[in-house]
Amino acid sequence: MCGIVGIYLKTKKYEKSLGKFLSGMLDNMATRGPDSAGFAIYTKENQNNFKYSICLNNLSEQDFKKKISKYFKKIKMIKYSDHIIMETKDKPKEVIKVINEKIKDVSIVGYGKSINIFKQTGNPKDVVKKFKLSSFSGTHGIGHTRMATESAITTEGSHPYCTAEDECLVHNGSLSNHNNVRRDLIKKGQEFKSENDTEVAAGYISNKISEGSNLKNTLTSSLKNLDGFYTFIAGTKDGFALLRDEIACKPAVVAETKDYVAVASEFQAMAHLPNVNSAKIFEPKPGVVYSW
Amino acid sequence: MNFDLSKKKLTDINKYLQNIDRKSNVRKFKIENPSGHHAICAGLKDDIDVTINGHTGYYCAGMNQKASVTVNGNVGTGVAENMMSGKVFVKGNASQSAGATGHGGNLVIEGDASSRCGISMKGINIIVKGSVGHMSAFMAQKGNLIIFGDADEDLGDSIYEAKIFVKGKVKSLGADCVEKKMDEKSINELKKIFKELNISENPKNFKRYGSARKLYNFKIDNAGAY
Repeated sequence: MCGIVGIYLKTKKYEKSLGKFLSGMLDNMATRGPDSAGFAIYTKENQNNFKYSICLNNLSEQDFKKKISKYFKKIKMIKYSDHIIMETKDKPKEVIKVINEKIKDVSIVGYGKSINIFKQTGNPKDVVKKFKLSSFSGTHGIGHTRMATESAITTEGSHPYCTAEDECLVHNGSLSNHNNVRRDLIKKGQEFKSENDTEVAAGYISNKISEGSNLKNTLTSSLKNLDGFYTFIAGTKDGFALLRDEIACKPAVVAETKDYVAVASEFQAMAHLPNVNSAKIFEPKPGVVYSW
Repeated sequence: MNFDLSKKKLTDINKYLQNIDRKSNVRKFKIENPSGHHAICAGLKDDIDVTINGHTGYYCAGMNQKASVTVNGNVGTGVAENMMSGKVFVKGNASQSAGATGHGGNLVIEGDASSRCGISMKGINIIVKGSVGHMSAFMAQKGNLIIFGDADEDLGDSIYEAKIFVKGKVKSLGADCVEKKMDEKSINELKKIFKELNISENPKNFKRYGSARKLYNFKIDNAGAY
């Protein structure tokens, strides 16, 4: 089943409440996906530093600090439960290489100049509390509650998937040709951490964008190249885009007011948002890319 | 009588409405703060009048018998699914599979209905004042799907004996669905439905679609195969 949510703020009015809004949305979607949850919060772009969202797994913060400071000197860290947001001037290419090769105990769940990603197994209601999502402010965010189907209930199997700088994807549905697409992308140099179908879709999107395509055209091309059922929300530092496959088995509803655009699998996910009852509410059409 | 879904449990409200004391004169009910809950007013079976103020989730007024349910808002998937009789009015838009498998009664949607509206309908009248999404009236067996706006791709795919009436444009017809003559019988049938529902609309503005009957009948030429 799975639940997906997204909120994009059109004005600054609710920036401080973004985390609170998204937290409520995930909470209300716990029934659609009780196995794990995750979310990406976008904050204002930090021109100088990169942010790395890292899941410590079983490593302690001290041990991670000790290990990472052997390679990078000027780093800042904030810990949220078993995740760390690490800020540094060092570029993704080097940092990812070092972490993947030298500090194998931890995993990078996201990176970029404005993205913060947290994801973990467990009921979404507990996951949002654990990471104190309601205390976050930001410009836009997307989230996911997972009912696991094609791969195991693990942190790696949780959404969102970040496969490039400030890009991430959440997905409700299942892809049937992900093994083929994964093989093609691996040949092109894309790396994958899990057996999950959504990671393949995220990799597909990042790969297309790195080849110069924009998000809208990339999603349109996925109608041809990704086979299966899906509602996607793909996030970038500027906003997010929404796409349902042409059969449209997987639900989505959009509510738009003058202050925000909210997307969710079901209306009840957004019932707590301000003035939602007078919002323009519609169901996105199948096979059409919507972006904000 | 008023119910507030932010204060009272959905199952309690539904249970109350499903078991109305037939000697009581209280026949009008209001539900506030539906907040997208699923299955609101599902399984009603008495001649009562319920108004829901706000947006509902899936299967609102499903399996309805005799009751009249009005939603002042949008509805999620499967509004009035498997309705037997009664009336359901939606003032906003409806999500997928509105009126699915409905056996009887009237479903009136003021806004748009999305994909698969009236899928496998079995006698219900569905009136959509806006447009409908793709694959509407898929495998529809009986009843009328009346669309004031446009219909998206594959309208009436694999249709049996339900009738489809469209005032706007049809993007494409599904397998075995064809345009048919708007005959006197159909015009009178529409007139009767519009009159009952207080809708002022001229039936002659509609085109009629139905089954070519090539898909669901046994082809006698194949008899030799057995």
